[in-house]
Amino acid sequence: MTASSHLADDIAVAPVDAVALEARAAELSTRSIKKDAKRRGLELAISMTDLTTLEGMDSPGKVAALCGKAMRPAPGLPSVAAVCVYPDLVAQATKLLAGSSVAVASVATGFPSGRTDLALKLSETRRCVEDGADEIDMVIDRGAFLSGDFAKVFDEIAAVKEACDYAHLKVILETGELATYDNVRLASEIAMRAGGDFIKTSTGKVSPASTMPVVLLMLEAVRDFYFDTGKLIGVKAAGGIKNSKQALRYLAMVNETVGDHWLTPSRFRFGASSLLNDLLMQLARLDSGTYQRPDDFSKD
Amino acid sequence: MRVPVKKTYKLFVGGKFPRSESGRTFEPADAPGTNVARASRKDLRDAIVAARAAQSGWAGRTGYNRGQILYRLAEMIETHAASLVDEIRACSRKSQAAAEREVEASIDLVTWYAGLPDKLQQLLGAQNEVSGPFFNFSTVEPSGVLCAAAPDAPSLLGALAVSVPLIAGGNTVVLLVSEASPLVGLALGELLAVSDVPGGTLNLLAGQRDELLPEMAKHRDVNGLLFAGTPDPELGAASADSVKRVRWADLPERDWSKLDKLCTLHWARPFVEVKTLWHPKAP
Amino acid sequence: MTQLPEKQSSTREESRPQLVFGERWVYEPAPQSLADVPAREKYDLFINGKWAAPKGRKHFDSVNPATEQVIARVAQAGKADVDAAVKAARVAQTKVWGPMAPRDRARYVFRIARLIQERSRELACLESLDGGKPIRESRDVDVPLAAGHFFYHAGWADKLHLAFPGSKPSPVGVVGQIIPWNFPLLMAAWKLAPALACGNTVVLKPAETTSLTALHLAQILEQAELPPGVVNIVTGDGRTGGALVEHPDLDKLAFTGSTAVGQSIQRSLAGSGKDLTLELGGKAAHIVFDDAALDQAVEGIVKGIFFNQGHVCCAGSRLLVQESIHDALLDKLLARIERIRVGDPLDKNTDMGAINSSEQLQRIEALVEAGVAEGCTLHQSTCTLPNKGYWFRPSVFSGVSLSHRIAREEIFGPVLSVMTFRTPAEAVEKANNTAYGLSAGIWTDKGSRILWMAERMRAGVVWNNTFNQFDPASPFGGFKESGFGREGGRQGLEAYLRFHDDTLVQG
Repeated sequence: MTASSHLADDIAVAPVDAVALEARAAELSTRSIKKDAKRRGLELAISMTDLTTLEGMDSPGKVAALCGKAMRPAPGLPSVAAVCVYPDLVAQATKLLAGSSVAVASVATGFPSGRTDLALKLSETRRCVEDGADEIDMVIDRGAFLSGDFAKVFDEIAAVKEACDYAHLKVILETGELATYDNVRLASEIAMRAGGDFIKTSTGKVSPASTMPVVLLMLEAVRDFYFDTGKLIGVKAAGGIKNSKQALRYLAMVNETVGDHWLTPSRFRFGASSLLNDLLMQLARLDSGTYQRPDDFSKD
Repeated sequence: MRVPVKKTYKLFVGGKFPRSESGRTFEPADAPGTNVARASRKDLRDAIVAARAAQSGWAGRTGYNRGQILYRLAEMIETHAASLVDEIRACSRKSQAAAEREVEASIDLVTWYAGLPDKLQQLLGAQNEVSGPFFNFSTVEPSGVLCAAAPDAPSLLGALAVSVPLIAGGNTVVLLVSEASPLVGLALGELLAVSDVPGGTLNLLAGQRDELLPEMAKHRDVNGLLFAGTPDPELGAASADSVKRVRWADLPERDWSKLDKLCTLHWARPFVEVKTLWHPKAP
Repeated sequence: MTQLPEKQSSTREESRPQLVFGERWVYEPAPQSLADVPAREKYDLFINGKWAAPKGRKHFDSVNPATEQVIARVAQAGKADVDAAVKAARVAQTKVWGPMAPRDRARYVFRIARLIQERSRELACLESLDGGKPIRESRDVDVPLAAGHFFYHAGWADKLHLAFPGSKPSPVGVVGQIIPWNFPLLMAAWKLAPALACGNTVVLKPAETTSLTALHLAQILEQAELPPGVVNIVTGDGRTGGALVEHPDLDKLAFTGSTAVGQSIQRSLAGSGKDLTLELGGKAAHIVFDDAALDQAVEGIVKGIFFNQGHVCCAGSRLLVQESIHDALLDKLLARIERIRVGDPLDKNTDMGAINSSEQLQRIEALVEAGVAEGCTLHQSTCTLPNKGYWFRPSVFSGVSLSHRIAREEIFGPVLSVMTFRTPAEAVEKANNTAYGLSAGIWTDKGSRILWMAERMRAGVVWNNTFNQFDPASPFGGFKESGFGREGGRQGLEAYLRFHDDTLVQG
């Protein structure tokens, strides 16, 4: 047993009461965000978006359109945080986004299932970083986690982190497969202690993807980790966040659970594809006072 | 002719047979020439202390066990039926047949209640369908320490009717037996002592209602009252200071022998508390 | 392999990480619009299906506690008005409501439930305007639960014979009901719904400071075409309540409020043969073990004591924390109370509203002063309070022991007293060391301990890994000096029925 495996075995977390957790998330979902607060929230949400395309049919043309939109979603608005693509499109995205503030993120490690061996995961990671990826979104080994082999999960994250070199590591827990909140809490703790810079809910390929209670729990996890270690770990809510109303609810939850340290693109992200257009549409509605139609916003 | 050994009628407190701490005795109306220990306020206090001490133990027994103990009491009454008939006849104008009927009814009453304790949860509790992810259920628990006062007559059946339903529910009780005919009520102590009823569960006092009932109503460590008689505003008012559960058994004398009136849930229900538990349901 | 960061010691240090709130994103006010809320300037009494001016011709001001502005004038009912109401109720009981087919009674009660749902916005707005509670609670808790109580009990009206096998149930008759100011509409629903379903008629007296929603409920009863006299509403202060308690032609009185008033009602009804149920004060223990789900326990504690500004008889006002987690829990709790948004009750983002009246505010302030004087440590939220109105900060006392006044007396405000324990048995002893017995809370992840603890709580409602949950199907009521009788569930029906084979009389 390695030193790190031993540490993984020692990781203990408090139990989670599901009903009370969900009740608190529901309570925070009732916040009414108006006027300037709404504008500020929508702009924050744009700046926190990882504009994502993770389809088998992704093309260089689609990535080009995405990168253009990522840098300039609309006049006077901030750029998004990152563009998230499959590994083979990293080089192209890096070229297109060069000189902008938009980061290149790539999924790696046998996304989305993670069912490949560690050597391949590491080489895929290194390749992405070499091609210019600023952020790596890895998936944890859910099979190992659910079988109780936490040391394996821990070691793999630590190894990928090392392979990331300067790139930031987001650890996808795939909470929809972890089945219980207790598992989400434990997986969060393992990911943080093993070196993840971000903990991320989902691949977007499994239902349910991100949910309010899961993200609330992960926010509590990063908060407690910050109190324990002084280290600020980010949270990424990915999948299922399709409209502005949902995004504002998540932001209210961030705002009232962990506060300003996390109310920034460097600590909180939305992984989404269709969200951006709705954010733009709602901002246009705030500007004009008129409800908008989706067809006026480019669907790339 | 043989000179019989006469019995000294004493109180029954905490499983023991003390005289009154005051040293007082009285001659009951129905048994002139007999000196019965006359309980004082201090005796009442001692009895309440004994009942409180016995409360968690008695309440903590399983319903099944409480039922068995009450059944044992029925067995003891049955065994001593003849002497109880004699005692009833000695202090009332009842015929042999009427006294036998009272003892038989007493046995029937105790047996009825002996079968009740392990059914109270099912009869009075519930699982409640709430609109949320919670398991919710209601149980019943004894109110605690109660004071009871028996009717003057029938002295045995009346004493049992105002006390056995309460102890069946897990309460511990201080019972003032018939003031006019205390002998049979006190004789009950001799049966309790040999029937596995833990000391302090049912305590028996003899004495004057006028002296003891106000103290029962006032005493802050008493949770409820069941008095035979007509509701008395002063006693009711005195019991309000500690928010007691108060019931009056205002029955005509003939009804005190009707088991369909005495053996109902309504005698136990006012002296159990409904407790409702919530717990979330989640994977 | 990445080095693991060294774990810092968990003792409180100057340099320890701090969270920062409220500089990056501040919510705009989000006031609930009061447009179209049909509030009146003056309210009369609702007697025998008609709106009647009080015979004494007196009205008093009803004040919005968040602004100290008068929002309406409400009738002061006198003895003659109460008498008229009881007479109307008697006629309605014997002639109409009592003899009515249970199925038809059910339909009226169902109608009321539906109308409350339809007019929920109006009721929620008025409840917050009149009582100071946040609109979020009025809207999401009080009003839906009120509708729920009518809906639940409506279904019982024609099933009472199934609820008590072997006993033939019948209505008690004419019932006087006196309700408090903390949940004005909800308490009216708790009282009226079972009474009506069981065939009783009612004279209801709302609390003096919060009469409006009961009076709008009267409008709903009109809209439901409830026969005249079945429900009569008499507003006024303690004198009105006194007249109702002493009225000779009542068959039963149901009261929710303070233990002191409850005791005086029990005294005055003694020996009258009238039925009585009391739902009185509390000083609930909220117990947290070291294996609890801590973040959710914190939410439960917050909900337990700051829900409705702590104006809750079952509030978890005594926090008993296992010694080993005291500091950690207190840290989390104090951080959490900073997040409670205190202010305009009509703002949709407000978590805690105004204290119901200046009298209540004075009571809270006096007890908090006593706590400080006795040497307890007071922690308060640093939130900004409005200039006008009656306000009190979310407050937590640490270093409290059972002998302190703030651990014994009901504060009925947003003030929590924190104590510690070491063993389950000690927690039980401390929890039960009170004259009250309304509710208790237990947080532990261990199932067997939950059941062991819950069995030992001398309290009528035990919330395990949750707190302040209510449901029409769930019986609610106290042990000991928290009162007697239950509201809700099958057990709650007993309070509004008599049985052919019940020979005992209350007294």
